[in-house]
Formats: sequence, structure tokens, C-alpha cells
Amino acid sequence: MRFYQLLLLLYPKSFRNEYSTELQGIFRARLRDHIGFIARLGLFLETIADVLRNAVATHTDILQQDVRYTLRTLWRTPAFTATAIVVTALGIGVNTAAFSIADFVFLRKLPYADADNIVKVMLDGGNQLSPVLYREWSTSTKSFQAVGAYFNGSVNLVGEGEPQRVERAVVTASLLPMLGVQPLRGRVFRPNEERDGTGAIVLSYALWQRQYGGDEHILGRRLLIDGSPGVVIGIMPSAFNFPSRDVAMWTLIAPQAASDDDHSNFYWNGVGRLRSGATVAQANAELNGLLQRLKLRIPDVYDTTLAFIFRMRDEFSTQSRLLLLALSGAAACVLLIACANLANLLLARALTRQRELLVRSAMGAGRERLVRQSITECLMLAAAGGALGIGIAYASLPLLTQLVPSTLPIAQSPAIDLRIILFAALLTALTALGFGVLPAWRSAGKVDLSGLRDGNRAGGGRRERSRSILVVAEVMVSVVLLVSAGLLMRALLRLESVEPGFRAENVLTLRTALPLPKYDSTAFRATYFRSVLEQLRAVPGVSHAAFITGLPMVMRGGVWPVVPEDQPALARRAPSASSRFVTPGFFAATGIPLKVGRDIEETDDLAHPYVAVVSESFVKKFWPNQDAIGKRFKFLNDTRTVVGVVGDVRVRGPERPSEPQVYQSYQQVINGQSSFYYPKDLVIRSTLPQGTLVPAVRTIVRRVDPQQPISDIRMLSDIVSDMTAARSVQVRVLGAFALIAFLLAASGIHGLLAFSVSQRQREIGVRMALGAQRSEIVRMVMNRGVLLAVAGVIPGVAVAYAAGRAMQGLLAGINPADALTFCAVVAMCGVMTIVGSLLPVLRAVRVDPAVAFRAE
Amino acid sequence: MAHSESDVADLLPLPAATFHILLAVAQDDLHGYAIIQDIEKRTGGELRVSAGTLYRSVQRMLEQGLIRETRERPAPELDDERRRYYRITPFGSAVARAEGQRMIELVRMARAQGLKLGKA
Repeated sequence: MRFYQLLLLLYPKSFRNEYSTELQGIFRARLRDHIGFIARLGLFLETIADVLRNAVATHTDILQQDVRYTLRTLWRTPAFTATAIVVTALGIGVNTAAFSIADFVFLRKLPYADADNIVKVMLDGGNQLSPVLYREWSTSTKSFQAVGAYFNGSVNLVGEGEPQRVERAVVTASLLPMLGVQPLRGRVFRPNEERDGTGAIVLSYALWQRQYGGDEHILGRRLLIDGSPGVVIGIMPSAFNFPSRDVAMWTLIAPQAASDDDHSNFYWNGVGRLRSGATVAQANAELNGLLQRLKLRIPDVYDTTLAFIFRMRDEFSTQSRLLLLALSGAAACVLLIACANLANLLLARALTRQRELLVRSAMGAGRERLVRQSITECLMLAAAGGALGIGIAYASLPLLTQLVPSTLPIAQSPAIDLRIILFAALLTALTALGFGVLPAWRSAGKVDLSGLRDGNRAGGGRRERSRSILVVAEVMVSVVLLVSAGLLMRALLRLESVEPGFRAENVLTLRTALPLPKYDSTAFRATYFRSVLEQLRAVPGVSHAAFITGLPMVMRGGVWPVVPEDQPALARRAPSASSRFVTPGFFAATGIPLKVGRDIEETDDLAHPYVAVVSESFVKKFWPNQDAIGKRFKFLNDTRTVVGVVGDVRVRGPERPSEPQVYQSYQQVINGQSSFYYPKDLVIRSTLPQGTLVPAVRTIVRRVDPQQPISDIRMLSDIVSDMTAARSVQVRVLGAFALIAFLLAASGIHGLLAFSVSQRQREIGVRMALGAQRSEIVRMVMNRGVLLAVAGVIPGVAVAYAAGRAMQGLLAGINPADALTFCAVVAMCGVMTIVGSLLPVLRAVRVDPAVAFRAE
Repeated sequence: MAHSESDVADLLPLPAATFHILLAVAQDDLHGYAIIQDIEKRTGGELRVSAGTLYRSVQRMLEQGLIRETRERPAPELDDERRRYYRITPFGSAVARAEGQRMIELVRMARAQGLKLGKA
């Protein structure tokens, strides 16, 4: 019998209350009729089946009833329904979008086999490994199952169609097999294949599609890469983005590069797969032990070198992390406000519907049925909002992908998949719980029949209090969001107002990287540069054109030690400066002001003494308050004479300090130097639109060298604004969040006051009949509004300050207690309160005592 | 509650259990277990309504107004205080009649199509 009573718990409570005695009676009777073990066992099994089937059916019946009822009531109040759905959709949408990015960047496994065990190696100061150090490491390590190395570079790809400039990773043969990703077509490299020098090429999916239209017969095709022949052996799947998403092909490290013995030639990136059981700390200790031993042999190079091994998963900057965390936090705030707003809406509605609920409950609907009905209603509203929210998330993703750090070997944008949908569903359920179920549960228990008496003031002080608390919470959270958005906006403005040191408007930049060994000779290169520049300058509308080895803010390194001739003592710990080689006219083209002396000239060739134009900070550093012209310094193995001084350039962008700059003549480079020494980026100052200029440049370059590709076509101003792109996306998103929160909070204040005025019509009427002035009525309503706002703003300001402190790393030096931002936000809250109270106040003063009484 | 003809038509065809319950309470007020036994006896054991199905049907039939709970108890010596008794309503009778009529129509149509059926 006990067993049967337990089974009955499966039925809805209302059904159980009604029929459980009867059901038990029947079961008892049948138990008497079934004698013997087999018969009873049969009865039990039959009963279990019966209860299960009918319990589910009864629940479904009720659900259907509730759904029908809910649809009817929601349909009757379209404004309420639409508001509730839109508010939920905003809350769920922004959170789903933020989660899909945060999950993609922080949580999801990298798309490699057993990705947790893949680590990267770096030496202190961000240095990479040298080939010889890599060799020592790979042969001596015990912590790793496999190790590999790679370096990046771009190459000219000549095959069919226009010659192309593509990014390539040069890898050891061990690297791709170590990552454990199967190629889509063909194969990856075989162990030790680099020794054979076969010129094997693995293509990225993107390049295969873009350049070869997904040709199935590509395997075995011969291609020319920077002039040397290679053969396609495989294609990687589209999700393979190692080491970064712009890499379009993988080739093997050349045997002679791999056997390089120069310990100071750091340019390889080390990657390893930890042996099972080995830890990052062990691997770190092991590598640092190796460095200690090398230090004994070669103290010059390994003087203070330390190695860092870290999981590949963790390779993104603190700033990326902060940007995303701030975004997620803000999204959570929006959801909180949305929930508070909805809870408020539902409470207000519950008050107006109290009579209906009382009637239903008087007619025998138990508390359980009423709560259940509310739950169904909330879930339906939330589900509609959730579905719309996923749409919002989907639509906002392209904007948010700017926040995915480019250092991680993952795609640019996450996909909305089952995981994201599940998250949204979970959030929907929680939202429904937050805004509906708990309030419903609380209020349903307090049904009070006195409410049925006509004219009784619906609602009580307790409910208004909980509504007030919700509004205060909304105000508080919106203050936090407004302040955060304000601080970040100030930071963005500050960074955007940082002078880059050049005039970026109307400057087109593009790259024509000359392949080696074809352009090994300096004189041959000079002919190319001169003919391109001469023809370009002849184009009407072009005022200046020049080549440089690396654009500011694009190429940030290229830093070398400087030893002034008059300060030889600096040699041991020489300060460094960034080195660039330019053609004459670079400063005019980019608008970098020439302060003293002259520009690089065509006569500055190998037959003349090496010259340099340096930046003002260079002079300030080495010869403060002196005339720098004619001073000599050792740089890049040669002694150079200063012939000119130019303004400083923010080489590393607005957020980081830049080294002083040294510009050298493109002709003062001996033959056969590495590509670091010759210009590849073309800058053109012109009034022509890009659409006219680019074809003209193409024609000119093709005329000079038909095999020379053009790549990286961008306006210099876009390069500058790209520096703050992630920030500006974040500010826009956070600003939108703050605005949503602000409007929701304003509507919360408005809703509460409007409701309380309509509930207190009689009281207001009485007061006015007793001679109260309109101003007193206004004060009475306004006081409520102001009280709500102040109660929200005070804790809001405190929390906002804490939030500002937490994201100080993003503020670019703006004080988290920035007075301007805080004052502006408090002022906005004042406006919000006034605007929110306006209509309720108007309604209150228009109350006609006679009408207010007649309504009774 | 006044019921129109369209209310009757809305409920047709009746689920088998509902029809049989209506038949069971058409003559006498019965309690739940008696209804189950009555149906089993009448159908010669063909149809056995489980307790769960019975009360789910009863709940719905009460809402639809096909039956009602009765306060009149049978003779005290036959009564069990805990039991609830059900009686058919005039609307329930109308619905049961309409369901029977619907079945006669079906049989007539089947015959007209040359289907050989035993005597009704």
C-alpha cells in the first residue's frame, strides 16, 4: 500500500487531492482479489504501467489547459506580452552572444587532438628559439612526446592567375602530425621529410577554395613559391588555423636553415606535446636546465635567458581577457535588469489580476494549480523571448568577433551550435525562474479573500515594497553599466586622440614584397623602386610616393641596439631603436615633419657614407640639447651619420611606448642581405579615390615586373583605427548595453509610480478635497521617484567604482574614479527620474476629487 | 448549464472508456470500483478500465458536464463513507445517445457498401 501511495505522487497534486483516496480504495480491493505471488506481481506491474501512463497524460492535460489559458490571456494583453518578450529577448540575446564569444576564447578546447597537452615555448623578452637551441632541446627533452617548430612569413605564390602574396608557416616535419589534425585531402609531412628537400606544400582550405576553386586534382600540382618550385601534397580542413588564421600554406624548413649553428639567431617558435603525466612545470624546469648548461658554454648569448612554457590555450593578452570579461559582466547586468523589469511587470499585473486569481481560487483551483499556471505562463514568455534572443545573438556575432584575439589558433568567429543553444535554453529557464516562478510561488500562498470585497485597494504595502526593491536594483545596475561604458569611452577617446606622429588621411598603403633571390642585388631593387615611384608620381592626383621596410603600427619590431660614437660605454647595455629603410620622399608621403637637416636622398648610395635620419626622441636620448646633425652612431653593424631629424612616430600604436626611430637609405645595403633590409611597403599620398588609384598602381607594377604581386591594400587611416578597433567594438557594445539598462530602469521607475498613482487615486482625491495644493501632490509623487533613484544611485556608484578598478587595465590611464564620468551618470539618473515621474505626476494632479469618489 | 446540439457534436466520437462509463452510470449511481467491474462484466472481460484511466476520464467528464457527483447515498448498509458516487447528467445522456446513433449510422453505411455484418 505504501508503495502505491508513493506511486501516486507522480500525479499532479490537484488530481491526487481529488482522487487518491478512491484510487487507493480500488487498489486495496484489487489486492484482495489477487492472491498468490505471481498474481500479485502481475498486479504490481500492471499498476505501475497504469500510473505512469495516466500520470503523464494528466500532466499533459493540465499543461494543455494552461497553455490554452495563457495564450488567451497573453493575446488579450498584447502590450504586456510584447514588452515581456522583447525584454527577455534582449537579456538572453546579449548573454548568448557574450557567452558564445567567451566560451570560444576561454573555455572551448582548441581544435587539436588532446589539445590540453600542447604547449608553446618562449624565451624571456618574447624571444623565440634559435634553430640550434631547438635542436638541443628536441634531442635532450624527456617531458615531451613530440616537439616541433615553425616561423611565419609571407611569400609570393605564382601559379595560375594573378601572382599572390600569401602568409605561410614554415614548419618542421614533426609539427603537423603532432597537432593530430587529419588533412582533408592528401597527407601532411612525413617524419624527417625536411631532410629530403622535396618542396612539399600543404595548403589551407581557404587558399584551396579561393585560389584553386576547390580543384580536386590539386594534389601533385607544382607551384612557384618565392621563385622556388614546390608540389602540393595535402589540404588541411577549414577549422585548422595553426599558428594563426591568416596562414594559407605550410612548407618545410629548409635543411640548411635547420642546421644553422648561430645561437643568437632567434626566430623559431617552439611547440611541444607533453608526454602523458608530464607537467608544464617539469617541462619548464627541464628547458631552463638546458639553458643553464648552455650559459656555461656560451655566456654571451644565454646571459640571462629564461624560458617560459605555457599551454597554447592560454596565449592571449590580459587585455583580451579583460575586454571579454567586461563584456560578459555587462551582459549579465543587462539580464539582471531585464529579470527585475519583468518581475515588476508581472507583479503589477498580478495586482490587477488579483480578483481573477481570487475568483479562480474560490472556485477550487488550489495554490498548486495557480502556481503551475504562472510557471507555464512565464516559461512560455521566456521561451518566446529566448528564441528571439538567439536571433539577436546570431545577428550581433559579426560585430563581436572583433573581440576574438588573433593570437589564438582558432577561427575568427564561433558558430552558433547546439552548445550555445543549450546555454540559451538554460538561461531562458533561469530567467523564467527569476522573474516569474519565485514571485508566483510567494504571492500564491497569500491569497486573501478580503480582496474580493468590491473597492478594496488591490495590493498591499508589502508588494509595493518588493516592487520598489526591484526598481532600486535596476537603477543600481544601470549606474554600474553607464559608468563602465563611460570610463571605457573616455579611454577610447583618449587613445584616439593620441597623435600617431604622421598624417594618415589620404594615404594608400600596399605591399609589393620582392622575392629573393631574384632581387638579391641592391642596384636591381633600386631600379624597381625608382621606376615604380617615377611612374606613380606622374599619375595626376598623386602628390607623394615612397617605399619603406615596415609601416608604423603594422611592423612593430625591427629593434636594434644603438651605440653613439661619442658614448662607447653604452656598448654593453645599449638602448635600442627601431630600424627602417626608406626611399626618398617617405616623410613627405606620410606627413612626418622634418625638423632639422634633410631627407634621405637618391645620392645616399653605397658609394657615399652611410647616413641616417633619426627621430626627435632619438636625439633627446643620446644628445639632449645638442645639435645632432653630423653625429655618428653604430647601428646594424655600420656607423651612420645623422643628416636629418624628424618627428616621432607611434610605431607600436597609441597604447604602448615606442622606441626612437632610425631611417636609413634603401640603397645603403650590401647585396645578399636578408629581406629585413629592403623596403616592401608602398605609401602613396593622393587625392584619388581608392577605386581609381589601386588599378593604376597595379598597371604600373605589372609594367615594371609582371610577376610581382600586390597585397595588403589598405588606407593608412584604417591601420590607425584598427589599433583601437577591438576597443571601439567593446565600447559600442557596452554603450548599447548601458542604454538598454538605462531605458529599462527608467521604465521601471515610470511603471511603479504610474501604478501607485492609479492605486492611490482615491487618496489623492481625498487630499485634494481636503485642500491639498497641487504642488503638494507633485511633491508626494516626485518624492517617491527621487527616493527610488537615490537608493539605487548610491550603491550603484560604489559598485561602479569597484568595477572600474577591476578593469583598470583597459582604461588607458583614465582614473576609475573619473569625476566627469560619475557626474554625468548621476546627472543622467536625475533626468531619468524626472522623465520617468513626469506622466505619473501629471496624472496625479489631474485627479478630479469628484470622479475619484464616484468610481467607488 | 445549458448545452446545445453543437456541444454534443463537439464531443463525438467519444473515447471507448468514456462511452462505457456513461453506460455504467446510466442506470444507477456507482462508485469508481463498481464502474470498473460493471464495464468488465458487460464486455465479458473484453475491456478492462484501469483505475488511473477511470479517474482521469471521470475528471474530464465532470468538467465536460457528462456526469456529476451525487450526494444521495444508497442504503446505509451498502455505503462506504469514503466513496464518491457518480450519476449521468441529462447532457451525458444526450451525448451517449448521440454516440450510439453515430455507431448505428456507421453500421448502416457499412451495410450499404455491401459489408456483411451479423444481426445488430
